[in-house]
Amino acid sequence: MTPVTPGIPTKGTPFTPSSDRLGVALLAVGVLLVVLAFRVEPMRASFGSIILYLTMVSIAAGSLFLIALEYIAGAVWSVPMRRANEFLAGLSPFLILLVVPLFLHIHDLFHWSHPEAMASDELLKGKAPYLNIPFFVLRTVVILGIWALFAALFVRNSTAQDISRDPALTRKNVYLAAAFLPVFAITITLTAFDWGMSLEAHWYSTIYGVYFFAGTVLTALAAGTLVVLNLQKSGSIPALRPDHYYSLGALMFSFVNFWAYIAFSQFLLIWYANIPEETYWFMARWRNGWQYVSVLLILVHFLVPYFALLSQEAKMNPARLRFMAIWLLAAHVLDLYWLVMPTYAPGITLGWVEVGFPLVGVGMTFLLLSWKTKRYNAVPIGDPKLQRGLDFRL
Amino acid sequence: MGNPLHSITALFASPDALVHAVQETVKAGYTRYDVHSPYPIHGIGHSMRLRTSPLGYFALAFGLLGAFGSVGLMTWITLVDYPLVIGGKPFWSWPAFVPVAFELTVLSASVLTVVTLIVFYLKFPNNSHPLHDTPYMKRVSSDGFGISIQSDDPAFDEASVRAHFARVAGTDIAAVYYDPEMIDHGQKLFDPRFIGLLIGVALVVSGGTYIALNKVAFMEPFNWMMEQGKLKAQAPSTFFADGSGMRTPVPGTVARGFLPYAFAGKPAEAENNLANPLAPTAEVLARGRTQYLTFCSPCHGNFGRGDSRLRGQFPNPPTLLSDKVQNWPDGSIYHVITNGQNIMPSYSGQIGRDDRWAIVHYVRALERAQSAKESDLK
Repeated sequence: MTPVTPGIPTKGTPFTPSSDRLGVALLAVGVLLVVLAFRVEPMRASFGSIILYLTMVSIAAGSLFLIALEYIAGAVWSVPMRRANEFLAGLSPFLILLVVPLFLHIHDLFHWSHPEAMASDELLKGKAPYLNIPFFVLRTVVILGIWALFAALFVRNSTAQDISRDPALTRKNVYLAAAFLPVFAITITLTAFDWGMSLEAHWYSTIYGVYFFAGTVLTALAAGTLVVLNLQKSGSIPALRPDHYYSLGALMFSFVNFWAYIAFSQFLLIWYANIPEETYWFMARWRNGWQYVSVLLILVHFLVPYFALLSQEAKMNPARLRFMAIWLLAAHVLDLYWLVMPTYAPGITLGWVEVGFPLVGVGMTFLLLSWKTKRYNAVPIGDPKLQRGLDFRL
Repeated sequence: MGNPLHSITALFASPDALVHAVQETVKAGYTRYDVHSPYPIHGIGHSMRLRTSPLGYFALAFGLLGAFGSVGLMTWITLVDYPLVIGGKPFWSWPAFVPVAFELTVLSASVLTVVTLIVFYLKFPNNSHPLHDTPYMKRVSSDGFGISIQSDDPAFDEASVRAHFARVAGTDIAAVYYDPEMIDHGQKLFDPRFIGLLIGVALVVSGGTYIALNKVAFMEPFNWMMEQGKLKAQAPSTFFADGSGMRTPVPGTVARGFLPYAFAGKPAEAENNLANPLAPTAEVLARGRTQYLTFCSPCHGNFGRGDSRLRGQFPNPPTLLSDKVQNWPDGSIYHVITNGQNIMPSYSGQIGRDDRWAIVHYVRALERAQSAKESDLK
C-alpha cells in the first residue's frame, strides 16, 4: 500500500505518545469515583450520569451527522479530516454501557416512571402512551442500535476504500447518508425529549430537540477539531492549509450563533406567552443561585466564543482553535448541567460526586482514539476526493 | 489608434496561477495594477500586499448605529411617547427588543456598507472605466483570472510589462486604450447635473406616488373608527327624500314580545277583562313609587291629591283619592294610563306594561294610606 500523495503517513502512529496510559488512568479513576458516587448518592449520581450520557451522545451522534453531511453534500475540504469524525463516531456502540446504570435508576430520575404519580395527574395520563418504562427503554435501545449500525457501515465502507480505492464505496456512503440524515433528525430529537425534557414531565418545548441538536453539532465539531489538531501534531495527517482551519473555525462560529439563536428563540416565546406551566422551567433556572449559571452559560456558550472566533485570523490560528474547541466542549457540558441539574435540586449541586463523570468521558474517548489510530489510517487514503481536499482553497 | 494607453492586461489559467503572478508582479516592483476574477479569492489581498480595508470599520459603525438606534427608538416609544402595558410586562421589556435590534443591526450594517462601498470606492455615479467593454473584462467576469498593469505606474514600460506577463505564464496579453473624453476619474456625487437628476427623480416619484395614492387608487387611511358608515339618532340624511335619517316604522309594526293594547278606546271592556298580573310585593310597590313619582306626580301630586306642581300652566286633574277612583277596578286605572282620558295623553310610550301595573298597585297603596280604616292601625 503506497500513499496517494507523498507525505501522507499510513496507520500505526499513536494518537498521542501517552494516550493509552492516560486513557486507562482517567477511566480507572473516573469509574472508581462514579461507582463510589452511585453507592453514596445514587440519585445525584444518576443525574450526573445523564449529563455524561448526553455529552457522549453529542460527540458520537454529532460526528455521525458530520460524516453523513460530508457525503450528502459532496464536500471536498473535509475529506482529509474525516477520519477524526469516524474515530469519534466509534463511540456509538459504547453508549449502551453509559445508559444501563440510568435504566437501573429510572425511578430516581423520572417522575413519570412512578405509576402512583401518573394515576392522579391528568396531564401525565395524557402522556402515558409515550412516557412509560417499556417504550422508553425500547426507544433508547433502538436509537443506540441505529447509531451503532450506521457508524459501523460508514466506517466499514470508508476503511475498505483505503485498500480497494473503489469510488463505488463513496457512492454507497452517499446513499447511507441520505438514509441516515432523516433518521438522525428523529433520533436526536427523541433522545433530547426522552433524556432531557422528560425530566420535567409536565413541561414541554417543541424547540428543545433543535436546541440539543445545535449543542450536539457544536460539540462534534469541537471534538473533531481537537482530534484533527492532535493527529496533525503527532504527524498522523499531513499539513493542512489555513483554508481548512478557517472552515473548521467558521463552522464552529456559525453553530455558536445557531445555538444562541435557538436558545433565545426558546426563551423569547416562553417569556412572551407567559403561561405558568411553561415559565416555571425558566424560573427554576433563575432562582437559588441558578441565575448566575444562566448568565455564565450565555457568556461561556455564546459571547466569549463569538468574539474569540469572530476574526478571520482567529479562525485560521490552530492554537486558538484548539483552545476554543476545549472551551466549547466544556460549554456543552455546562449547558447540559444547566438543563438537567435544576430538576435534581432547586439549588446548585456541585461536588466530588460530579467529578468522576468527565473523567470517564475523557478517559473512554482517549482509549478509543488510541485504539482506532493504531488500527486505521488517520487519513482516508483511498478516497477519490482526497487530493482535491488537500489542495482545498476557499 | 491615437488614444492613450491605459494598461496591459493578461489572463491566467487558475486562481493559483493568478496568485503566483500577483506575487511576481509585486516582486517586480509594480504598484499601479489591479487584479480581476469572477469570484473572491481568499488571500489575494494579502498577496497584493494591500492594506486591510477600512470598510470593516464602516460596517461596525453602521451595525452599532442600527443596534443603538433601534433600541433607542423602542426605548423612547415604550417609556416616553406611548407607554402601553402589553401582556402585563414592564414598559421596557428588553427581550421583545432583541429580534428588532438584531434585524436592524444586520440590515443597516449590510445595506449602508454596500452604499458606502458604491459611493466612496466605486465613485458612484461615475460609471466609466477604461477596462469596461473590453475582451479582457468579458473573460474575467466569466471564467478568466487576470491582472492589468496601468500605464501610470512609475515602473511602466510596455515592452517590459509584456515580457513580465510572458514570464509568469500569462496568456491573451493585450493593451487597453481609452478615449480621455469618455473617462473621468473624478467623484461625480456632487455634480450639479447628478444632484439635479436626483431631485428630478425624487419629484417625479413622489408626485407620481401622490397622484397614484390620492387620486387614482385612493384608500381611506385608518381613522380609528372616528367616522363610521352609519347614521346616528336624529342625524340628517340625503339618502331619503325628506332629508331625515330616522324612519317611522311601517303601519301595523309590532314590537317584539308585545301585543298591541287590545282595548284602546274601550274602557268598559278594559274594566271587565283586565286584572293586575303583579302581586303587590315590596319590590313592585317600590317600582310603582319610582314610576309614579316620575311620570304621574307632576300633575296628580306626590300623594294623588290632584295638587299639580305645574302652577297653573296646565289644568289640575281630579284627585285619585275620590270614591269613584277608589271603586274602579285595577283594569280601569290601567286603561286610563295606557289609553289616556280627557286631556291626559296615553303613557304607553313612556311607561312599560309591567311598570303601569306597578303604578296601579302604588295608587291603591296611596288610596288606602289616605283613607285608612280603624282596622288598618291594628
